[in-house]
Amino acid sequence: MTAPPVQQKTKKPRQSSDLKPVINESGIEVKTLYTLEDVIRSGGIDQSPPGEPPFTRGIHSEMYRRRPWTMRQYTGFANAADTNKRFKYLIENGQTGLNVAFDLATQCGYDSDAPEALGEVGRVGMAVDTLRDFEIAFDGIDLDAITVSLTVNGTAAILIAMYLAMAEKRGYDLAKLRGTAQNDILKEFIGRGTWIFPVDSSVKLVADTIEYCAKIAPKYSPVSVCGYHIRESGATPAEEMGYAFCIAKAYTDAALARCLDIDEFAGRLSFNFNIFGNLFEQIAKFRAGRRHWAKIMIDQYKAKDPSSGWMRMIAGGGGFGLTIEQPENNIMRGAYYALVAALSGAQTMALCCYDEAYTIPTPKAQRISLRTMQLLIEEIGLCDTVDPLGGSYYVETLTNQMEDKIVEAMNWVDSVGGIVKAVSDGLIQSKVSEYAYERQKNTESGALRKVGVNCYVERNEEKPDLELHPYDEIGANEQIDSLRKIRAERDNDVVGRCLRALRDDAVAGRNVMPAMVQAVKAYATVGEITDALVGVYGRFVEPTRFS
Amino acid sequence: MSEQRIKVLVGKPGLDGHDVGAKVIVHALMEAGFEVIYTGLRQTPESIAIKAREANVDVVGVSILSGSHIPLCRRLREELQEKGLYDKLWIVGGNIPEEDRMVLRQLGFSGVFPTGSRTGDIVSFIRENLK
Repeated sequence: MTAPPVQQKTKKPRQSSDLKPVINESGIEVKTLYTLEDVIRSGGIDQSPPGEPPFTRGIHSEMYRRRPWTMRQYTGFANAADTNKRFKYLIENGQTGLNVAFDLATQCGYDSDAPEALGEVGRVGMAVDTLRDFEIAFDGIDLDAITVSLTVNGTAAILIAMYLAMAEKRGYDLAKLRGTAQNDILKEFIGRGTWIFPVDSSVKLVADTIEYCAKIAPKYSPVSVCGYHIRESGATPAEEMGYAFCIAKAYTDAALARCLDIDEFAGRLSFNFNIFGNLFEQIAKFRAGRRHWAKIMIDQYKAKDPSSGWMRMIAGGGGFGLTIEQPENNIMRGAYYALVAALSGAQTMALCCYDEAYTIPTPKAQRISLRTMQLLIEEIGLCDTVDPLGGSYYVETLTNQMEDKIVEAMNWVDSVGGIVKAVSDGLIQSKVSEYAYERQKNTESGALRKVGVNCYVERNEEKPDLELHPYDEIGANEQIDSLRKIRAERDNDVVGRCLRALRDDAVAGRNVMPAMVQAVKAYATVGEITDALVGVYGRFVEPTRFS
Repeated sequence: MSEQRIKVLVGKPGLDGHDVGAKVIVHALMEAGFEVIYTGLRQTPESIAIKAREANVDVVGVSILSGSHIPLCRRLREELQEKGLYDKLWIVGGNIPEEDRMVLRQLGFSGVFPTGSRTGDIVSFIRENLK
């Protein structure tokens, strides 16, 4: 971390006072020119090679030269059989990982025939009631060759249990099984909103999954901490990363309280970040974040295994950056966002599709996103060398400044009593929604430029209409029928016993995962398992005050 | 409506967790000088109507991005009518395709604001229609 000596005094660049100041979203003023002096003044250049802590330049020594990023588009709709078909289509087209979307009933812990699920079955993702749905969705897909990411939070423990049970039934060795679950409940309270239980019980469940996976499926990544949705909800890039680290630390602390060693699980924690906004600010955010997470793990948690300090990430999406106006512009935006992810050393990439601002992506739009990423690998030379922007005066200075801003965001959380309290009291929610409102006002006034929205607007331009996939009533009814059939055919005495055992474990404060795995194997439903836990933990009551 | 402060309820019915827009609207309405009550997520049409009646609001607004706006607004209309709130101003915002906007207006939601609407337009709509 020592700064290189100043070779020669560079001439001070003239700063013209008539230029409008540029301040990035994280609050850093951007100069018209950067020199070695700026780098040194901001803290110097981290000279450690990639693959060595603190990993500013990347978590692996050879990065994409060894293996390009995983491409994992978000998919899943209607029922398990349809989802299975779409998965196979994507795999045939060269996708290397699956990212599964679930419907809201599944995500919020309701069975498909619950009154709350009315109109929601299979609407925004795949409906899952029992293990049978997983058996169908992943039929014929080699779980060793394709890694599966489950985008679920409120009911993540249940779906992880189902995934492990399904894999075990198909003969996979759980000790070697890979895969990821989002399972980041704290961010759900800030954005996205699929919480179920109160905050402390929710964190307890995350710790249960970490502990269980560390023992039973040590290659499985039970948590992907998401700055992504916090950013979509209105946080700045620095806050996105700072809050995500506070959340990751909360899970880490909860897991350590189970007497796990830090190196038993830290290497399996991963992150999910957003890529829209100023290109250099995002790249600096990732380089700074990677370095800071390594410092947290090594300095604060005394991790010995280097992989414990890896900020492995999926960087992607950028939904907030896309517009319904002139939607083809989103193809270009997507390409630049992908470039950000590639220049930042992301392990996995997923792009929002150009039509996503007004509809569920068509297969064509999904293919364009996939090809965008493949183009970067095959044609543009993004995989040739590690951290190609390392050493840039601007990027290195910004990396140092972004790290300070990330620390600032984390200190703010500490100052209000820590992340669990900040989320329970709605403090972060209130802060990010204020910024979202500022952003909206600035977009409406034109202070924040948005091409096609407040500048370069075409007269008489026809906006595409918002399109919704028609609700598939027949498909929903089929799902309900098969759920009822399973309820009738399964051994209900065993289910009852399993659910009682689950409740007992929850009451006693034990890890609920072993009992949950037994329950899903007996074809207990998502709704039944959720209800059993709600009976013990209660439900979260959302703070709705605005300052 | 000139002297009294306009009172608005902003509700999020259903399981949809997209609340960025709803919260932006809350801020915009507050800044316009309205008194705003935000319900939070996972409300039912019934719970929204109950809250609207209890708070004696002038405007009932709901934000729905899941695509379930028609069935939800249909049920909300029943609840609002049953609770005697048919004379209040009803508005709805979210991912609402063109063809559904007329349906919602016919249901009694006179203000329909699809994704991308300007907050200023919503404020003016409320002011003009409560005259």
